[in-house]
Amino acid sequence: MISSQISLAFKKCKKEKRPALLTYTVAGDNTKKKSLEILNSISNHADICEIGFPHNTPIADGGQIQTSSYRAIKNGIKMQHVFEIVKMFKKNKNQKPVILMGYFNMIFQYGENKFLKKCKNVGVDGLIVVDLPWPDNKTFSKKCKKFSITFVQLLSPTTSISRMKKIVRDSHDMMYFISTLSTTGGKLKALPKEILKNYNKIKKIDKSKNLVIGFGITSKNISAFKTADGCVVGSEICNKISLSLKKKQNPVINVSNMVKKLKKKII
Amino acid sequence: MIKIKKDKLLIDQHDKNGFWGKFGGNFIPETLKKPVEDLTILFEKLRKDKKFIKERDYYFQNWVGAPTPFVKLENLTDHLGGAQIWTKIVSEAKGGAHKIYNATVHCLIAKRAGKKYIVGDTGAGYAGKMLSMAAKKFGLKCKIFMGAKDIKRQKPNCDAIRANGAEIIPVYTGSQTLVDAVSECMRYWVSNCLTTAMCVGSTVGPNIFVKICGWSTSQISRELMLQIKEEFGEVPKKLKLINCVGGGSSSFGFWNEFMHYNKKQVEFIGVEAGGPKKSKRHAAPLTYGSKIGILHGAAQYVNQNRDGQIEETESISAGLDYPGVSPLHCFLKDTNRARYTAASDEEALNAYQLVTGFENLNPSLEPSHAFAEAIKIAPKLSRDIIICVNSCGDAIKDRDILKQRLGKYK
Repeated sequence: MISSQISLAFKKCKKEKRPALLTYTVAGDNTKKKSLEILNSISNHADICEIGFPHNTPIADGGQIQTSSYRAIKNGIKMQHVFEIVKMFKKNKNQKPVILMGYFNMIFQYGENKFLKKCKNVGVDGLIVVDLPWPDNKTFSKKCKKFSITFVQLLSPTTSISRMKKIVRDSHDMMYFISTLSTTGGKLKALPKEILKNYNKIKKIDKSKNLVIGFGITSKNISAFKTADGCVVGSEICNKISLSLKKKQNPVINVSNMVKKLKKKII
Repeated sequence: MIKIKKDKLLIDQHDKNGFWGKFGGNFIPETLKKPVEDLTILFEKLRKDKKFIKERDYYFQNWVGAPTPFVKLENLTDHLGGAQIWTKIVSEAKGGAHKIYNATVHCLIAKRAGKKYIVGDTGAGYAGKMLSMAAKKFGLKCKIFMGAKDIKRQKPNCDAIRANGAEIIPVYTGSQTLVDAVSECMRYWVSNCLTTAMCVGSTVGPNIFVKICGWSTSQISRELMLQIKEEFGEVPKKLKLINCVGGGSSSFGFWNEFMHYNKKQVEFIGVEAGGPKKSKRHAAPLTYGSKIGILHGAAQYVNQNRDGQIEETESISAGLDYPGVSPLHCFLKDTNRARYTAASDEEALNAYQLVTGFENLNPSLEPSHAFAEAIKIAPKLSRDIIICVNSCGDAIKDRDILKQRLGKYK
């Protein structure tokens, strides 16, 4: 079997004895062109790029990502633009895996099969659907596999051990552990040590599957998670874009510098 | 085609994934899976627990005040000169609207679950007012999420919420109305689900919230069934139950006990908010053929654009100003059991004036939508036909809007 680009990215990081750095930005924030520029520039440091397709009634996102999403929608971003951004990004940075992240209604309206076909065409490597939990996602995740797209299962501190086992069993080559009981960008409610204890519980079930930690990871705490397979930073980046716009500075430079620093902290 | 089963309550006619036909389900973040499952197990246990039912009935009887009156609107009937118009004045329930039933049940469950805090969403402010009232009664700390636009236009209910010791969290995102309040409340629950119970203010949200709300508001039709039998000796040959539909909690509760009657005998008419005349931003997904989409954890007919972004709505009535609608109503529409139509802001205002002019009744803008439909059809129907309108809210909360639109508040 040919390894997915996502698996290859993790392998490379393991060789370098460090976690993978995953970034999250919203497609079209603040414009189509700018968000592509941001992606191109941060992918010099990030290992995997998560790209959000914005939705206007998000039930799991905190303030920073909401602001980015609303800004993108207000600027007219549509699903077709999201795919165009990915396509152009993949042309430049062919080797960087892209994971699209969003809410199921957008996929539902596009049509599941049509959506996946389009993902495949433009070069999407993985999908995170925030409001399609296991086991409701069984059919859809199987479909993703057919298109060689990694469906990323989410696990949370509220997930029971027996449920964890079933989710891990049905997961593909990457899973996502929600660090803390919070929407995206909340403060960590436990010490990193505690979070890693939970993390290791999942990891123990199947060591072969890559498990990343996200929600509340920032430049302040990322170095505490060096033992994880990967760390996702989203809200802090989105907030950087907001602040840059407010100060009339170039978000591309500011965000790129931030991601560069993030990378240094996990090496 | 999917049919309604006769041997089961409608709230229980979902599949193992929580779907009534194509509607409902549990589109929720992983973090909420466990709290939703815990709530489901607890509710299914409690509804079979005789002690719990006794407790519920005790508070409905002695605290909420059951039954609410069922009366004939003689003057309005004579004026319109057609079918008899009756009303069930559910606004006589404690706090002035049907929202008290769901709020009371959620607080009773929260107590059993050992929670100390409860949060809820509100549009017109009634769900928030009742939840704050019940929370106070049962010793729970309470936060209410409310759109900033609704806080402005429903001040009397906001005052009541604060007087009950609850905190109002203003929501500034999106259209700053009910849809955003529900989203923000769910987000809050994601972060606080271990200590806090959530009450969804209508028959919307993930499957279990639809069920708990429908189970609670069904008190309305349990009372009505007895009152109708007492008044007419039996369920009349032709009965029309008219109710406004926003999320759909009062209408579902008003109809539930009559579900298995043939629709030729007991017709259900749901009236959605058509918004200002000629507006395209109506809040009537059932009437105007909106597509199925996912909103707040459930599949339903919902106003949205081609991409799946939820569209803003516009209605004079904050309680109906919601782009989606209960999965139960979507199911009732698709099974053809209920008929749905819409009334515009103007029609609701006219109905309000007519009803308050003829009768000693003060329906809020929500049930005024239902009265608009009753007024429209009654003159064409014969005197042996019984129309009953659920007057599910009191207009005190609307006094500022009514003053502004009509120049006076009665």
